[in-house]
Amino acid sequence: MLRTAIVFAGGMLMASAGLAQEASDAWSDIVANVFDGRAMHQSEVVALETPYRAEDAATVPVTLHFAAPEGSDLRIERVTLVIDENPAPVAAVFELGADAGVTRIDTRVRVQSYTNVHVVAELSDGSLHVAERFIKASGGCSAPMGKDPEAAMANLGQMKLRQFEGVAGTHPEAQLMIRHPNNSGLQMDQLTRLHIPAHFIHSVTITQGDAPILTMEGGISLSEDPSIRFDFEPTGNPITVEAQDTEGNIFGGTWPVEVGRSGA
Amino acid sequence: MQATDHLIASTAPLAVAGALSLFVSLAEAAPPRPVEVAAGIFVIEGVVALASPENEGAIANSGFIVGRDAVAVIDPGGSTAEGASLVEVIRGITDLPIRYVIYTHMHPDHVLGAAPVVAASEAEVVAHAKLAHALAARAEHYVAGARDALGDEAVRELEVVLPDRAVEDTATLDLGDRLLLLRAWPTAHTDNDLTVLDARTGLLFAGDLLFLEHLPVVDGSIKGWLAIEADLTSLPAARAVPGHGPAVVDWPEGASAQFGYLAGLAESVRAQIARGAGLADAIEAVPVPAGDWALADAFHRRNVAAAFTELEWE
Repeated sequence: MLRTAIVFAGGMLMASAGLAQEASDAWSDIVANVFDGRAMHQSEVVALETPYRAEDAATVPVTLHFAAPEGSDLRIERVTLVIDENPAPVAAVFELGADAGVTRIDTRVRVQSYTNVHVVAELSDGSLHVAERFIKASGGCSAPMGKDPEAAMANLGQMKLRQFEGVAGTHPEAQLMIRHPNNSGLQMDQLTRLHIPAHFIHSVTITQGDAPILTMEGGISLSEDPSIRFDFEPTGNPITVEAQDTEGNIFGGTWPVEVGRSGA
Repeated sequence: MQATDHLIASTAPLAVAGALSLFVSLAEAAPPRPVEVAAGIFVIEGVVALASPENEGAIANSGFIVGRDAVAVIDPGGSTAEGASLVEVIRGITDLPIRYVIYTHMHPDHVLGAAPVVAASEAEVVAHAKLAHALAARAEHYVAGARDALGDEAVRELEVVLPDRAVEDTATLDLGDRLLLLRAWPTAHTDNDLTVLDARTGLLFAGDLLFLEHLPVVDGSIKGWLAIEADLTSLPAARAVPGHGPAVVDWPEGASAQFGYLAGLAESVRAQIARGAGLADAIEAVPVPAGDWALADAFHRRNVAAAFTELEWE
């Protein structure tokens, strides 16, 4: 009888936990290579919320908060989310629309090993501001595809925009959800002995009328079914989304804004 | 008759050696005790716990059905050691060949014990049509998990055995005057759940479509699981073997606690989504369920996350 059995040689499996020391080395490399070695300020401009221990390493919720110093006429141009120990550490780069009023973004990421996570905000004067958190989770990037890969491909590119009224004078929020397996390329199908090819959303543009709210350049560290939730100042114009994946598929949608202006 | 006597006589020295090695293993760990849950149907109860070196990964229920001509194993367990001791238990009851190894789904505590069972008599491995890819994609992950939970020694000889026969919808296996009715389910606990109904006794092997004591774990679709409740509970079975929990329970009464938990989870998560909570907030806000569930600490928050990312698309 033809039998398919998978035998693992000892020692071929990845080590999981990175030590704190290694984590800080990884960060120095990232500062040098991604941020050209520029100075990083620890300041109140940015903050990061993460669970200390994640329920599911393939879907770790992270929230980025950022605000230019009060009373300054500076603004935040760009926010970068870095997962130091991941195979592709830069998880996402968000460019913020000048008048969009975005002060927080939450999304979901894959975490491959115990790691520091950094968020770096770049102000309009070119200064970089950083916040850091440590996350205990492992295996999220090479974790198998979702619970039902057949359904995932059948729904590829489906989008949903949820909208939330602001509470107590804060901006309203919207959550963009895109059905996509976001395959990392690190998942191996032992039946075919092949890596499942990387296939992920690499760019998203969100506008209100002609005015940008934000754009995102993303990589394999974003979870399956990417989700971006953000606050914004509504102009009354509809929200339009265009997303592109690594196979050249373009997905889009337009939604009327149903949430009110904050009156701020 | 004479030939049989002769065979017994000639194998006597082997039998002694076997008894000695059995004695040694008795000294190490109590042998699993099969429960005969219906005529010719045996279950070895897994402990309700996370896999550990102490339990050798034997945390799910394993079973076997003895027909006139052959034996079918349902879920060979979570480690090579468990699979090997299952063969020993079967050989203590019958010499009939093990013709089939049936997987109820791809989780490691149910399938990693297959290699020694298959090796014992070239059994055919039967599973849901979606299981092969689901297990193949997770195999490396599962072996790493087994290494973490059970230790290096436990994975040294570990083989992940993929199915030989795929069940798309239904299939019937005949053990000789004993028909097993297999049914492949749409995505529920996982995307490859399969149940086995023994036609003669009306005993159902429900796999992890049925949890008792151990908190149910959502690794497929909470909506899908709730959606099959009516079809599953109306199967013509009098009693069922859960994937986790006691060896056998009344059917369908035994399923009510599980479906109560799943329905309550879906309702609480939908309430969080409706009030605009994010994933992280919902994980904190959905209360741990009432009732005597074991392992809620290990699995409830993960279930909330799985339910949330599914139900937010409604």
